[in-house]
Amino acid sequence: MIKTELLIIGAGPAGLCAAISAAEAGTEVLVVERSPRIGGQLIKQTHMFFGSERQYASTRGIDIAGILMDKLTKYGDRVRILTETTVLGIYEDGMVTALHREDDYFKIRPNAIVVATGASEKALAFPNNDLPGIYGAGAVQTLMNVYGVKPGDRVLMVGAGNIGLIVSYQLMQAGVEVAAILDAAPKIGGYLVHAAKVRRMGVPIMTSHTVKAAMGKDSLEQVVICMVDDRFRPIEGTEQTIDCDVCCISVGLTPLGELLAMAGCEMKYIPQLSGTVPMRNADYQTTVPNIFAAGDVTGIEEASSAMVEGYLAGLCAAKHTGHTHTEYENKRADYIAQLSQLRGGPVGKRILDGIAQQLN
Amino acid sequence: MRIEEHPILTFNRGNKISFIFDGQRMTGYEGETIAAALHANGVRVLAHSPEKHRPRGFYCAIGNCSSCMMVVDGVPNVKTCITELREGMVVETQKGKGKII
Repeated sequence: MIKTELLIIGAGPAGLCAAISAAEAGTEVLVVERSPRIGGQLIKQTHMFFGSERQYASTRGIDIAGILMDKLTKYGDRVRILTETTVLGIYEDGMVTALHREDDYFKIRPNAIVVATGASEKALAFPNNDLPGIYGAGAVQTLMNVYGVKPGDRVLMVGAGNIGLIVSYQLMQAGVEVAAILDAAPKIGGYLVHAAKVRRMGVPIMTSHTVKAAMGKDSLEQVVICMVDDRFRPIEGTEQTIDCDVCCISVGLTPLGELLAMAGCEMKYIPQLSGTVPMRNADYQTTVPNIFAAGDVTGIEEASSAMVEGYLAGLCAAKHTGHTHTEYENKRADYIAQLSQLRGGPVGKRILDGIAQQLN
Repeated sequence: MRIEEHPILTFNRGNKISFIFDGQRMTGYEGETIAAALHANGVRVLAHSPEKHRPRGFYCAIGNCSSCMMVVDGVPNVKTCITELREGMVVETQKGKGKII
């Protein structure tokens, strides 16, 4: 069994910032990450960030992961990181169980926890949607940008939000053909600057279109698409068949809150936050007093807000373990101000509506 | 299936290592996951579902969806998208739920 003052579950932008913040306040931290690499989804994001300079605007995600890791190494022994380690459960008595690699099971006893598990990609229902070759768009981004492996030869992208548009562009950078980008909505969801880029490269963006069925023997060979009406119902006679060996699904993300629910945190379905999220206070503390949450698990936003939420949750969780940062009040106020600045735009309005239902 | 030239990224691949997939010797690199190495070798079917025996492949790459679970060195239900490849590993297509003993 491992004892620790603060356990952080997830080493993405929120988890790493929580670790930096808590370690800076003097807390002994254990970070547990299920993938072999640190940085969460930042490690595959070759595009430059928008937003404010304080959250590394104009820097590529892949470089931000490195910057955060450098900050963390400053704290030496105070921070321990376990990769390829999945947290399996959080129990009533506060015990946490984990699995390292194939079959090494062990227990962790923390005084407090920051859950920064992030989000997963939503699936889309259509016949044969389980065929190999139908992959999450983010998964394809990992395969290409982290491991340098092409997902296939010809891709159909489903979803014209920012992820769908950015991954389409990155597929072409990797030398993969993109047949088309579909979106069931009547207009493009992502930033027009990204849409213009892929259009210039000759990729059609087909709005009001969806997948009707996938076909293939052992893996994907063809996708039948069709138009949808204003209530998203397929329109008969508009079917087209597209030859492709990969179909990327990019229809949004949903928070990964299972561990919080298991630990007894009060959860609520809030559409504006894209799924079931923990109820929390302004310090990102859940209804279980020693459990905090930060990043996409508290509601889907951007990596920039995940980082600030991480700093704030780490600062407050550190205080909970008895390590109050000498600049606690100032730092707390600064993080809260940064978050309201990030949520200032029109997208932020929707997020703020969601958060109003989440705060307790 | 490997990307050799890229406008932004350079892939500093680790040492070449060999592993066995369903009795066949294959090559991958240190530091990559089992699923990435298999994909680079053109393997897209990683498992068969328990009830209807439908082919299962890579899907989420974050260890969440369970689609890529395979038998690795005799241990079933290993999430190959988040487990790194090791020299001499024996990887098998998982059929159904997998047997522990």
